[in-house]
Formats: sequence, structure tokens, C-alpha cells
Amino acid sequence: MLLAFDTATPHVTVALHDGERVVASYSSPSSMRHGEMLAPGIAQVLAEAGALNTDVTAVAVGVGPGPFTGLRVGLVTARTLAFSLGIPVYGVCSLDVLAAEAIDTGLDEFTVATDARRKEVYVARYAGGARIDGPSVARPTDVATEELVVGRGATLYPEAFPNAAGPESPSAAVLCDVVANERFELLEPEPLYLRRPDVAEAHAPKKVS
Amino acid sequence: MLGIETSCDETGVGIVRGHELLADAVASSVEEHARFGGVVPEVASRAHLEAMVPTIERACETAGVRLADVDALAVTSGPGLAGALLVGVAAAKSLAIALGKPLYGVNHLAAHVAVDQLEHGALPDPCLALLVSGGHSSLLRVGDVTSEIDPMGSTIDDAAGEAFDKVARLLGLPFPGGPYIDKAAREGQISIDFPRGLTSRRDLERHRFDFSFSGLKTAVARWVEARQASGEPVPVDDVAASFQEAVCDVLTRKAVDAAASEGIEDILIGGGVAANSRLRVLAEERAAQKGIRVRVPRPKLCTDNGAMVAALGAEMVARGRTPSQLDLPADSSMPVDVVLV
Ligand SMILES: [Zn+2]
Repeated sequence: MLLAFDTATPHVTVALHDGERVVASYSSPSSMRHGEMLAPGIAQVLAEAGALNTDVTAVAVGVGPGPFTGLRVGLVTARTLAFSLGIPVYGVCSLDVLAAEAIDTGLDEFTVATDARRKEVYVARYAGGARIDGPSVARPTDVATEELVVGRGATLYPEAFPNAAGPESPSAAVLCDVVANERFELLEPEPLYLRRPDVAEAHAPKKVS
Repeated sequence: MLGIETSCDETGVGIVRGHELLADAVASSVEEHARFGGVVPEVASRAHLEAMVPTIERACETAGVRLADVDALAVTSGPGLAGALLVGVAAAKSLAIALGKPLYGVNHLAAHVAVDQLEHGALPDPCLALLVSGGHSSLLRVGDVTSEIDPMGSTIDDAAGEAFDKVARLLGLPFPGGPYIDKAAREGQISIDFPRGLTSRRDLERHRFDFSFSGLKTAVARWVEARQASGEPVPVDDVAASFQEAVCDVLTRKAVDAAASEGIEDILIGGGVAANSRLRVLAEERAAQKGIRVRVPRPKLCTDNGAMVAALGAEMVARGRTPSQLDLPADSSMPVDVVLV
């Protein structure tokens, strides 16, 4: 069975796929408490499906881009689970998961935009079932478009993205489908930070007092 | 028992069997922080993610055990850097799910105490713990290490290790400052009378067992600047020796006073600063005068590591404590008297 989860948005989403269909899923409220929600969510979908941990044969994880702290919870969970169960782990760009769901609802050319905080969005463009640009991080005004925009970015910045469409956040059930049917490129379980750590190097000793 | 520690810049995975240490694997991101002059939380968190699986793997190899042989897991739940703690807590939960084994979310400070069981056997009950590092400076009264830890005093400003780092920087010594100050001090004379924080009669009324190192740091800075202003060379070794003496004097004086006031006969020193050579000598000298014994684990066990978390976890099992739930949080400001979440 494929166990999939994504923590690249304020939600935690988990799903279990038996090779043909999703047999159990879990979705947390928007809380940013990934560290507290993810493991119980995984335990819950396993229990709901009557599956043992050893029934899991692969792990899929959304690798972002997304707020770093939550993103790392998902990635370290995926890597540790895969290592300790001795099974493969697949990474998928979280924006691709949103795109896959949008495509399933009939969209063709569109932008995906999610909240990158600091008044910025993570964006990527899609056409013909493929990602044609991004992901990148940008100010909404710099990537404003009349095109359909999928994801939380559209509802957060309606002036830049007046035409909101499709899902607001990625779903692990769709992530399962992306991996099972290789609808987008499968990646290493490495986080897509897209930003460097925000630090200044130390300079010469400062005067005190 | 496999323990995971990620509260600061060390990714630690330790494996113990009761009081026996089987593996103590540590990956440090200290070099990535050196150019910033202090630990950068985001840099530490990124490093924990990258180091986690390789460090678990290394610990298992060293211990000669398979993950499937692990009976229980422990992880630092707090206190520490929030984002860093989360990586370890999430990893520990994943192991608990994958292996189907109980998980104990424990207090980092209590783990610094419990680790001594790997070196010197069962802890005396009660004992007085002096924990000193870049993140903590605490005096704790410890009964049962799994449930009875009472804070007696702590720093009201900088941690002791932080003062070492700041003074090292002032003297042009590398980060982290502790070992470099210790080394320089051995070549120097204790010739400058730097202030001892919170030791005046008035301070002792309200802060008998508390520490303050901010004033000391400022005093060292002023002294060095005055030297530079007058065009004279700065005697780095003497400044290091005098500064180190001021820190160790206060730490040991208050620790011995705290133990004596409670009728406690054993002092345990932990944390990175416990590796300081002068602190050990002075503590033993002063404790001996009061008939008090001093226990200090070897330096590798004093700094942050996974073995200390495993040691505390093993004690949780030995004492039949209830394991944590899978929703256990990472608590950056976890109070010291909460030993198990
Ligand atoms: Zn520590």
C-alpha cells in the first residue's frame, strides 16, 4: 500500500492507497500544528483501513514549496518511515498535486499559487497537463494574472489573481494518484525551500555599551 | 532504548540497554553556524533534516543492533529551538509507528542529568544538578529523575556558555568559545578582578541560587576596549583566565551552597560547559570542603547527544512510566519540572 501525505500548507493531509484506490484519508484543520497532527493522522488512516505498518510498501510526500517548519515535519517523517520499513519514498512538488486536482476538474491552462508568507506566493504555471514554469517564489503583484489561479494564493491576493479556481490546498488522495500514475515528475524527498536561510553573517566584534 | 536529540545544533541518536551505552552518534552543524557567531535556528533545522536518517543508521551500526531490535524510543520534546525540536519529534514518532514501539517525549534538562547513569551508575537520590551550556545555566534539585525535578535557580540573562562565546569573540577566539577560552586560560594569570554576578548580600536575598553573566560580559568588553583605546596590547590569556575564574567561581559557589542548604551530598555537573577544566577542579575543591561528592560525565556525554535522551527513556521504562501519545508536541519552553509529556 502507498502511504501519502503533504505538509506544505497549514493543513496536514494523509491518505492510504491500495494500488487501485484510496482506502482511507485524514485531513487536519488549518492549524500549522503539523508536528502534532501528522503522526496521529498516519496512525488513523492505517487503523481505518485495518492495515499494519508493515503493509505499507511505499511512501509519497509533498516536498513543497511551503513554510519550512511544516515542510520538514513531512519530509523527516517520510524519510524515517521509509528507512525503518525498508521501502521507497517518492517526493512530489506540492504545487503539482494542486495542479493534478485542477486538471481533474477540467482546467487546462492555469497558475497555481500558494501562501509563501511575507506577502509572497509560491507559483507555477501549467498547460496541457504539464508544469511549464516554476516553482518559484514571488510577490503577487509581480506575477499578477487574469488566468485561472488555483490554490490559497488566489483567495489571499484577489487583486493580483482575480480568477480563483479549483482546490485551495493539496490533497493526499490526489498525491496518491500522482504517484501511482506518474502524472508528474517523481522527485527525491528533498524540500523545495526556494529561499535561503534568513541570516546575516557575524561582523567584527561590536562595541559593548 | 533509542533516543533522539535535536534541541539545538547537534543531531544526536543514542542507543542504550539500561545503564549500558551501546551507541552515541552525533552529527553537528556547529561549523555551519561558526561564521554567524551563534546558532542560526533555520540553519540548524535544515541540518537536522539532512542528518536524521544517516545518524540513526550510524547509531544502529555502532551498537550492532537492527532497528527491529529496539524496544522503545525516547525523544527530546523540549526545551530548545522550536523548529529543531520538531524534526526530532517527528522522526521519533515515525520510528514509533514503523516499529510499533512505545515513545517517551522527555525533557532535555532531565536527560542531561540521567546521562550520568551511563558513566557512574544509578543516580543518588536526591542529588543537586548544575547544568551549564550555551543554552542553559540551572541548579536543579533532583529526586527521582523521571518525575521529581525542582528548579532552585537559573540564569536571569545570558547562559554561561553564551558568555564564553561572547567573550571569545571579543578576544578574537573562534566559536564555540568554551574550549578556546579554557585553553588560553591555562597560559594566563587570574590577574583581573571581574565582577561576580548576583553575589552581593542584597542579590543573595532574592537570587541566592540564580546566575547573571551579562554584567560580567560587559565588564570584560569595557576592560578590553580600555586597553585597546590606550594602545596597549590585550593580554588575551590573562583576560580568558580571569573571566573563566569569575564564571566558575560563581557557578561552583552557588552549586555547593545549594547542595549544602538542602543537605544533599552529591553534585552532578552536565552541559557543554561541564567540559571546562577549571570548573571541574574548583567544584571538586569546594565540594570536598563540605563533604560533598561531585559527578561529571565524560565530555562527550556532557554536550547534547542522543544517549542522554535514551538514558532517561530507559529510566522511564525501568520505573514503569506511561508512554507519550503520538500527538506529543515539541515544546520550546518546556518547564524543567515536566520530565515526561
Ligand atoms: Zn543541552
